[in-house]
Amino acid sequence: MSKYKSDLSNLDEVFEKIENVPENLITVLQKAQEIYGFLPKDVMYHIGEKLGVKPAKVMGVATFYSQFRLEPMGKYLVMLCGGTACHVSGSEKVAKAVFDYLETESGRTTKDGLFTIEKVACLGCCSLAPVMMINGEAFGNLTPEKAVSILADIRKKEAAE
Amino acid sequence: MRIIIGEGSCGIAAGALKVHKALEKAAEGKNIRIGITGCVGMCFLEPIVDIYDEEKLVKRLVKVSENDAQRIVCAAEKNDYSDIDDLVISKEDEEFLSLQTRIALRNCGITDPTAIDDYQKRGGYKALEKALSMSPEEVIEEIKASGLAGRGGAGFPTWYKWSAARKSESKTKYLICNADEGDPGAFMDRAVIESDPHALIEGMLIGAYAIGAAEMIVYVRAEYPLAIKRLEKAIKDAKEAGFIGENILESGFSCKMRIKSGAGAFVCGEETALIESLEGKRGMPRLKPPFPAQSGFKDEPSNINNVETFANVAWIIANGGKEFSKLGTENSKGTKVFALTGKVRKSGLVEVPMGMTLRDVIYKIGGGIKNGKKFKAVQLGGPSGGCIPEELLDTVIDYKALSETGAIMGSGGMVIMDEDTCMVGMSKFFLDFTAEESCGKCVHCRIGTKRMQEILTRMVNGEGREDDVLLLEELCKAIKDGALCGLGQTAPNPVLTTLKYFREEYDEHIFEHRCRAKECTELLTYSIDAEKCRGCTLCAKKCPAKAIEGEVKKPHIIDKEKCIRCGACSKVCRFGAVVVE
Repeated sequence: MSKYKSDLSNLDEVFEKIENVPENLITVLQKAQEIYGFLPKDVMYHIGEKLGVKPAKVMGVATFYSQFRLEPMGKYLVMLCGGTACHVSGSEKVAKAVFDYLETESGRTTKDGLFTIEKVACLGCCSLAPVMMINGEAFGNLTPEKAVSILADIRKKEAAE
Repeated sequence: MRIIIGEGSCGIAAGALKVHKALEKAAEGKNIRIGITGCVGMCFLEPIVDIYDEEKLVKRLVKVSENDAQRIVCAAEKNDYSDIDDLVISKEDEEFLSLQTRIALRNCGITDPTAIDDYQKRGGYKALEKALSMSPEEVIEEIKASGLAGRGGAGFPTWYKWSAARKSESKTKYLICNADEGDPGAFMDRAVIESDPHALIEGMLIGAYAIGAAEMIVYVRAEYPLAIKRLEKAIKDAKEAGFIGENILESGFSCKMRIKSGAGAFVCGEETALIESLEGKRGMPRLKPPFPAQSGFKDEPSNINNVETFANVAWIIANGGKEFSKLGTENSKGTKVFALTGKVRKSGLVEVPMGMTLRDVIYKIGGGIKNGKKFKAVQLGGPSGGCIPEELLDTVIDYKALSETGAIMGSGGMVIMDEDTCMVGMSKFFLDFTAEESCGKCVHCRIGTKRMQEILTRMVNGEGREDDVLLLEELCKAIKDGALCGLGQTAPNPVLTTLKYFREEYDEHIFEHRCRAKECTELLTYSIDAEKCRGCTLCAKKCPAKAIEGEVKKPHIIDKEKCIRCGACSKVCRFGAVVVE
């Protein structure tokens, strides 16, 4: 059925705490993503069965919302701010440089599994525009060169370890 | 003495947590308390540290770094601030706050968002007490007298919605707060929840009492983890204090409260889509009628208001609707919060009375344009709004006056653009956004926004066609007529307003392959001014396409065929010899 064989018992506690009704599908999917880092197919089937939602509907919801990931996440989550303030301060150029450097696109993970990159609507640090956030830490006043060098530093650090 | 650190998302991003740690360490064993507050709204000066003597603000320090901690603590201890003079906020920057009128943000940056007693000390939950002593109809009358209208963007009278939900008969009505702030460039709601969560809770409780709701739900954007954390804490504290739950303050009124975290979809800011999402489904708008006031969440009567709307409610009940309606214009009462960002010198949160001109907000409060550049446009209302040009800067902040320009009041995003911003590029930016966020239910919105996005992409790439503007206009009209919800109906606004006020930029892109803001890289040509070039060879070395040739100490030449317009040469040239056109 799926290439993933997830330990479904990790979800038992979630099903105990949250009422097993279709209304709670999004909440349960969010909890599952917290546990597994993404939404493996077998997990989605399992959630559907428990809550009484058809697999196609579960998939429908999982693909509708940008928060849900269908593939494993990299070690570093890089969020590129695409808010209006960042846009007028040159975020497109920063984004292009980052995508080119990592050879990937928004919502995807790099081949080495190190970076997952996401373009998000607004990180709310508009005065630091353009901004990106790496595992919760904000880096502001970016230029394409500065953004790439920050990522290159992380790569170097990881390669050394 | 108390030292308070501003720890909203903005402050934290600028390093407030590090400053906090350093201050705590420096204050160890000393008679100084370290505390936190939310966002005071001066993003451009973060991290901000305030020194209080009891309740009196003694000094406000800005752009503080962790290395300043020691001397700040010393100064506070001695009550002598000569040593930290360089950190004290300037007179000019203080005006950023003194020119504002704060109601929704009344406690932001003052109160400790994690302490309910701090909120109560400032009169918190007194308005709830007062409301519970009134009849629900009287509460609605008070809101009617205030003239409060929905701050989410549409500006629908709040009392009317409440009254409709009040009249719907059912045992289980819901009061929902829309905190799914998705407009890229707006962060007012986040700031209110992070900085003053109890103001939201109190406003919602009054609303719940007015309509007779059994449960209150706050639908918060998932991207706001700190807001969710603070609100969770506030709800727990309010429950323990007896403000939420059974028989609130012995009034016989009972109401539950919970948070629902959204999962990232702009369309869920539309109320019926939000309800679908609450029910665990894809967030696709429903056909209206029936309106949520008749049949909303779980087919029960539901009332939905925006965070800022609720944040005004307790103040209105405490001070009276009349007091609120004294502020503003004939059509729009009270104040409005804006997230002022972009190419403005002082960016941050501003709350101003309705009726103030855009010019005053941008120049008096915002301090004008950054780096001495020229103002081009102000964008209001995000992807649903429009761009207002300089000649209309004396337009006042008022629902009707702003709609007449083609823009909208919106939820409060106010992005300033200067001469370096391409208006066609701006339209494309918003269409990229709406095309991505269209839920796909209505054909006009799903396919129409995609087609518009394609046309605009053509233009910025220098491949615009002669009749593209006509085609854009036709699509705008079709989408406005054919879409079910607000997202679709307003999606053409950014294009329509830029076509109205900046038509010449579209024409330049199409017919002259020229971008006056020099932002559309595909339309630029690079050359070297032989008079200025010293032949240092730096550009030739930097050029990734090997398009620059020349001998040392002799003027270089760019091969336009090979040039990929990356701009690397103009960045490295120290003599300003690279000409970009």
